[in-house]
Amino acid sequence: MLAIKLAFKNLLGAGLRTWLNVTVLSFAFVLMIFYNGMIDGWNRQSRKDTQAWETGEGQFWQPEYDRYDPYTIQDSHGAMSEEIQSEIAKKNLVPVLIAQATAYPQGRMQGVTLKGIDPDQTILKLPTKALSKTNDSDYAMIGKRMATSLKMDVGDRLLIRWRDKNGTFDAREIEIISVFKCDVPSVDKGQIFLRLEVLQEMMGMENEATLLVAGENFKHRDFKNWVFRDQDFLLADMDKIIQAKKAGGTIIQALLLIIALIAIFDTQVLSIFRRQKEIGTYIALGLTRSQLVGIFTVEGGAHSILAALLGAVYGIPLFLWINKVGISMNYTQGMDIDLPIGEAIYPYYSLQLITISIILVVISATIVSYLPARKISKMKPTDALRGKLQ
Amino acid sequence: MKFLITTTLLLCTITDSFAQDAKTILDKVDKNMFSITKIIESDMVIYGRRNTRTVTSKGYSEGTDKSFTEYLAPEREKGTKMLKLEDRLWIYSPSTDRTIQLSGHMLRQSVMGSDLSYEDMMEDRKLTEMYDAKVIGEEVIDGRNTWILELTAIVDDAAYHGRKIWIDTQRYIPLQEELFAKSGQLLKKTVLTDVVKIEGRWYPRKVNYKDMLKDGKGTDFIIKDIQFDAKIPEYIFSKAALKQ
Repeated sequence: MLAIKLAFKNLLGAGLRTWLNVTVLSFAFVLMIFYNGMIDGWNRQSRKDTQAWETGEGQFWQPEYDRYDPYTIQDSHGAMSEEIQSEIAKKNLVPVLIAQATAYPQGRMQGVTLKGIDPDQTILKLPTKALSKTNDSDYAMIGKRMATSLKMDVGDRLLIRWRDKNGTFDAREIEIISVFKCDVPSVDKGQIFLRLEVLQEMMGMENEATLLVAGENFKHRDFKNWVFRDQDFLLADMDKIIQAKKAGGTIIQALLLIIALIAIFDTQVLSIFRRQKEIGTYIALGLTRSQLVGIFTVEGGAHSILAALLGAVYGIPLFLWINKVGISMNYTQGMDIDLPIGEAIYPYYSLQLITISIILVVISATIVSYLPARKISKMKPTDALRGKLQ
Repeated sequence: MKFLITTTLLLCTITDSFAQDAKTILDKVDKNMFSITKIIESDMVIYGRRNTRTVTSKGYSEGTDKSFTEYLAPEREKGTKMLKLEDRLWIYSPSTDRTIQLSGHMLRQSVMGSDLSYEDMMEDRKLTEMYDAKVIGEEVIDGRNTWILELTAIVDDAAYHGRKIWIDTQRYIPLQEELFAKSGQLLKKTVLTDVVKIEGRWYPRKVNYKDMLKDGKGTDFIIKDIQFDAKIPEYIFSKAALKQ
């Protein structure tokens, strides 16, 4: 208790020097929480968006299907049993048929993926209602990225060519009936959505699908000839990328923290050098060397407590404000990024994140304070009292 | 060269008794153009939006199942080789010193940026097995009288549901061909010109191949030299030849 009292008294007595150290350390502290909070917020948003737009509560895949291997698409289609049909009717599953095709926008040639989906589905956030319109035309829905890439808009007609299940070429014009905005690029890029029956008829694959997306109310069970892929599997790659980004950010945080810790270390060395008479007096008054090392270590470590408090003073209002307005990511909208990024990222500061950050800063500050303080144990009290250099 | 193999497929016999005229015509075309082996040196002229590229190659073929092509120019493509054995296609790239087998999505890619896709080169089934043919009329093309033959698929797995072929009534060579989708949409058009007599047979030295859904002038194949029934060593049609 004495050590803590003395430590804070000395610290506050040191004035500007202490506050400079504390300010730098508080920057490191706030930045650490902010950066990790931003990545966690992005991760949560991405997972939520991907789940809402693409993966649902898991998917059943045709055994041959591999989303990263276009070679598998041709053979990845299978009939939907009565049991599956009944789940589809109850809106617990939504079937998606996938096929490859070539689009010819403005006389250019572009490889595309056709996705057939039920317009009445409610499991995914995709605005498929637009596809319910039936007329002489075949209507299609595309995302904003795809619309930009094709240079097309609502009402435009697009010629597509594909090969049916037997390998026979077919071609027809489709009309773009809707352009949707979606933060998940894998739902948008290179994809054209059609009514499921339309694509089934085009491909000659009646009652067939490539994958089935499960909804919240689906009670999990297995279906013959379909392989279940859970959330962890479907989001694994995204998690890895986000973790890698987090790891990249720790370098900046570590640099800032090191600068702050070097300042504390420097202060400690200077303080022990300049306060030799004080140290000698303490020993003369009966304090043991380890008690003295403790006082100086706590004094150095207390920088981190003050830094946490100072960080909280300006950090909490700053974080609350950022959480309200979000970090604008509009500049990424035109970029070719494969990760889901919304218009704004709202950081997420978990209790775990804050606790870990505090512990990390306090421990590091205490260690760098202890290292120079060890010198005290080697001091001769008489020389220390005289202020003699040792 | 590859395209000419496809063109040669037009020369197959139609067995339907209803289409005797078409059969006779195609038989004669077959006799005129078919050879067991061919060695062709050709230029492929690819007309792009901004520029035109010429790719020179030497091709060896045996029937419709086996073919081997080596690209000789430009420098960028020099040394690239392609081997087709029945329904399999390999490409060797000297820059990576690797051979890859093309399948699925990659077969839909264009060959060297031309209007011809790899899967167009994979067609090797006889038209007689896949189509019902009949003569539907006559037309004059570039001053030559032609018969128009209409081919309709009789099997489910024909790449093109319909074809139309214009055949020179005197020289018995195809002068034009159109390929149609199931919906009736015209997909590709081939125009054969510069017909000359080579080794006693009429042969088109220039073939323009055009993807009708795409803008542009298509791709020209210009034959610089052709040898019919030349002896081709068997090792040419092996994967080992790709790396040599």
